Amino acid sequence: MPAASTGSPATAPLKSSAPPSGSGGAPRRPGAAGGRRRREFTTRRGLIVAAFMAPAAVFVAIFTYYPMIAGSQMAFRNWNLSDLTDTSWVGLKNFRDVFTDPAWGTVAGNTLLWVAGSIVPQLVIGFAIALWLRRRFRFRGLYQALIFFPWAISGFLIGILFRWLFNSEFGVVNDVLQRTGLIDEPIAWLADPRTAMVSVLIANVWYGVTFFAIMILAALQSVPDELYEAAALDGAGKARTLFQVTIPYIRTTLALTVLLRVIWIFNFPDLIFGMTGGGPNDETHIVTTWMIKITQQGDYGKASALGLLVVAVLLVFAVFFLLATRERQATGGRGAGRRGAGERGVWA
Amino acid sequence: MIGKETTAGRATKFTFLGLWLLFSVFPLYWIAVTSLKAPGDIFSFPIAYWPERFSLENYRGLFGKADFGTYLVNSLVVATVAGAVATAISTLSAYVLARFEFRTKSALLMAALVTQMIPSFIALGPLYLLMTDLRLVDNRLGLVLVYIAVCVPFCTVMLRGFFENVPDALEEAAMIDGLSRFGALVRVLLPVMRPGIVAAFIFNFVNCWNELFLSVTLMNSDGTKTVPTALNGFISSFNIDWGSMSAAAVLTIAPTMILFAFASRHIVQGLTSGAVKG
Repeated sequence: MPAASTGSPATAPLKSSAPPSGSGGAPRRPGAAGGRRRREFTTRRGLIVAAFMAPAAVFVAIFTYYPMIAGSQMAFRNWNLSDLTDTSWVGLKNFRDVFTDPAWGTVAGNTLLWVAGSIVPQLVIGFAIALWLRRRFRFRGLYQALIFFPWAISGFLIGILFRWLFNSEFGVVNDVLQRTGLIDEPIAWLADPRTAMVSVLIANVWYGVTFFAIMILAALQSVPDELYEAAALDGAGKARTLFQVTIPYIRTTLALTVLLRVIWIFNFPDLIFGMTGGGPNDETHIVTTWMIKITQQGDYGKASALGLLVVAVLLVFAVFFLLATRERQATGGRGAGRRGAGERGVWA
Repeated sequence: MIGKETTAGRATKFTFLGLWLLFSVFPLYWIAVTSLKAPGDIFSFPIAYWPERFSLENYRGLFGKADFGTYLVNSLVVATVAGAVATAISTLSAYVLARFEFRTKSALLMAALVTQMIPSFIALGPLYLLMTDLRLVDNRLGLVLVYIAVCVPFCTVMLRGFFENVPDALEEAAMIDGLSRFGALVRVLLPVMRPGIVAAFIFNFVNCWNELFLSVTLMNSDGTKTVPTALNGFISSFNIDWGSMSAAAVLTIAPTMILFAFASRHIVQGLTSGAVKG
């Protein structure tokens, strides 16, 4: 292909960092372009943006945002399937019902345990796998594909899978532990609240490690070798290199991945729903599985109040998320040299 | 590259990687083995890690008693159509978000992010009423429309990442050669983007294939049920029939795993870029 002749009128800038009302255009835009011409260009650009965004916006508006907003207002109404004649405005009553429910303390505690107890092992194990996969070895591709498989399975089905593994009479977990002599009696894993919580966490770690491994591996491959060479010259050991070179360099990816995963895990009833259904005696409910139970009981008002609480908590995380992204833009971002995809914000 | 590996280090590394591989793969092996046991052998003691006799009894039961074939076809149709349309729509929006600057851009990205935070249960009631009004309850088209909306936000962001990995110079050169912006997109950019688009489609397909709660809400009758809805029916009974359940699980997992075996390469490739950087 012929070299780009800068300044040619055909070189419409593909991107401009200036706001649309401004003089839009990349630095190489011919300075001679007149006001009229510029406005035409902006209008056409606006039309392209609108036309290309429209299908996505329409679908999401109708089938996601409309039901979500309509559902949110149920949180402030009396909306119970047992009596639909009275759907009057009740203010914060549904929220009060949530906080005064005897199960609330357990549910809130479980939710925190669920998020923290899933994220931490996923991150640590995923990081270790990524570090070890960085160096090529035979069958590395096959290995990656195999450990990627859990990601293809629905959370609900993973719950069923592990319900079978943790079965107290015919489950493999008890069988292995008994054969190796670690336990004498079979444990009723899913019948005791504490072991049930441990069991669902193990299942979720099984599911989520790969995502961290892949994201971190991608980020690791963007770390320039020179940094490691310099660290080696300085006589830095493995641990120091890890904490002073590797982690700072991929810090943005780490932060973004963790925050995205926090949002997903927080809002992920599927696995627990399939594995314990929230039992025994509601002891393994997290916010979203409890919400399912309340919906099934017909109290849509209370369930919606719970849903709004989830969105509120997650929005706080999103703020952290965006702050982390902004920091990235301030320290380089686009145009400041090409960086690995792992170093790019996912959402902003 | 990253210092020399000691023998002890290598041993630790491969032990850990091996154990993790075992942990990753064993549950899948176990569900497959369970599905191939004769119904009576599933609850035999001690547990047989390699059954003495194999039987297709559980699979036969699924297609005889339960009409699992219909559910598989329903899931296949819904996931394929929704996945393809969502990918096409997302390609357009991702292109715009990657290549243009405009005032509402960050608001749109934020709106996409918020969709990830909404518990789907908050929207189920109104969505059901909406679909009733549109006469799309128990209708595969209805589920397709809803799934498109579910897939589009994340798929857009994912494809935007892929687009940003392709240097602008590629299209600029094509446009200097006389192609229009649209021509450059279709003839130059999309072919380069193909691995990313395929990965996005597979991701969407798998998500729709696996989705449970929307499908349970919108598909009640036996003729329109999808696979996850049917599985949910299996566990709501007090005693789970583990033989049928395992067979159904294998039939549900196998197609997505085959697809992911291809997609994982593309996804990793896309993330680690390199391949698409001209």
